[in-house]
Amino acid sequence: MIETLTFDVTVVGAGPAGLAAALEADAQGAKTLLIEREARLGGILKQCIHDGFGLVRFGEKLSGPEYAERFMEQLPKSKVTVFTLSFVSKIEREDGVNILTLVTRDGIRLIRTRSLVLATGCRERTSRQIGVHGRHCAGVFTAGTAQYYTNILGKLPTKRCVILGSGDIGLIMARRLTLEGAKVVGVFEAKPTPSGLTRNISQCLWDFDIPLHTSKTVTRVFGEARMSAVEIASVDDCMCPVAGTEEIIPCDALILSVGLIPENELAESIGVPIDPKTKGALVDERNETLVSGVFACGNALHVNDLVDYVSESGETAGKHAAHPLPIQRNLVPVECDASLLYVVPQRLNQNTEDTERVFFFRSSADLDNATLTVTRNGQTLFSKKYAHLRPPEMERLSVHLKSDQLAGAEPVCFHLEGSRNE
Amino acid sequence: MNDTIHMEQAVEIVCIVCPNGCRILCKPSGDGASFSGYRCKRGIEYATAELTRPMRSLTTSVKTVFPDSPVVSVRTDGEIEKSRIREVAFALGRIMIDRRLKTGDVVAENICNTGVNVICTSDRLVHPY
Repeated sequence: MIETLTFDVTVVGAGPAGLAAALEADAQGAKTLLIEREARLGGILKQCIHDGFGLVRFGEKLSGPEYAERFMEQLPKSKVTVFTLSFVSKIEREDGVNILTLVTRDGIRLIRTRSLVLATGCRERTSRQIGVHGRHCAGVFTAGTAQYYTNILGKLPTKRCVILGSGDIGLIMARRLTLEGAKVVGVFEAKPTPSGLTRNISQCLWDFDIPLHTSKTVTRVFGEARMSAVEIASVDDCMCPVAGTEEIIPCDALILSVGLIPENELAESIGVPIDPKTKGALVDERNETLVSGVFACGNALHVNDLVDYVSESGETAGKHAAHPLPIQRNLVPVECDASLLYVVPQRLNQNTEDTERVFFFRSSADLDNATLTVTRNGQTLFSKKYAHLRPPEMERLSVHLKSDQLAGAEPVCFHLEGSRNE
Repeated sequence: MNDTIHMEQAVEIVCIVCPNGCRILCKPSGDGASFSGYRCKRGIEYATAELTRPMRSLTTSVKTVFPDSPVVSVRTDGEIEKSRIREVAFALGRIMIDRRLKTGDVVAENICNTGVNVICTSDRLVHPY
């Protein structure tokens, strides 16, 4: 007989989003379960030992583990049930109730839960997803794997490496590996502009004299058992390597920081519609997906650059998962044109008492003196000016929108205008 | 401490104090510098320090004797001179932790005579989460 447990709210994933969601659902009085597949809570923050976490939320520069512990410390004082070393292998829906099959150390368990919060984080793009060709030799690591080796296992994965991609984890690892005695030959970015935060380029690369080469990519990998070199080439406007620009760089590792993709295997298994722009679930401002009773938050929803916003997103999901709407939702679509990479949430509730709606968006180009306008039926609902907008830097925006401003089915449209900063 | 700014040409400094990452333009002005592009006064303080005595906090890991956590994360509890980052990181490479320290416990006092302590930033040695 398989044991069945019943909860009001079940949160999958105990990283920063899941921790915040579970604590908030509990604070709202819901009987809450938090499920984590690893032995320790904290998710990716466990290995993010650099500081800068919590500036928005706590006004302090904390390391990743310290930030996670601020939430973990509250768990013993809460009524949240925590299962570690537990893996959700299947979700089924039965009359609007979610039934989870959970693989634990004690065997299989079934969880019946009214609300489900997916806080499953994101995954790194791998070499096979960006078309790096050549030998299948050892030495290709994602930046997160190199970070795990260095910061958790205490093993240096390289003595001399090339970093491909200028995402934040790649920049952080350039500094980290340098501090541990490795030689970072350079950071290579196929795009004409770096994808990490400006402050990380400054404090991780310039502080350590690590060069950044834009419009260049890795075209081949050499080596038998272990990598011996990579081939770098310049790319043209279409991101295609230019013949004759190839250069061989001896190294024992290629570290990839080429983007993160929300993890949505569980969400897709129960038919949660995904936004092709964010690659996370489509949600309303309560972080409820288009499948009622299923919520998404954190990097599973869209890839964030600040953990503080991940926690906020978890709290939003946890709060509303604890108080499901008693009525059918009437949702208005939120759309953005090509001037934005994306906007979250992608739906707004017409019938809700809250008038404050929090949006997260990214511009699609570097803009100076930009103006964001939010319109509906050709009428401006809201506008805001920004001195600078950069695609790597996500913006948080709080707008008061009353229900009567959202009557009807027409979409709410986001648009940016500004001078392009080349 | 010599905190007089001597600059001959304008430089742009990216503030690392908060996620805004303001790009601060510093121009020679009289005996010092004038600043623009900052969004708060911490930007002026940061840019002034960058032009005189750049300071950084250091985060790294230190070896332990415990097989369950072969390394533990640490950071300086204040800022040290940027020019001494590598020296302090190297000194921490020679430390071996043999006590189950918790977050905030001091790993090394007044490291390399910088006046700051190095503290443990994780509870992984004491909590079986």
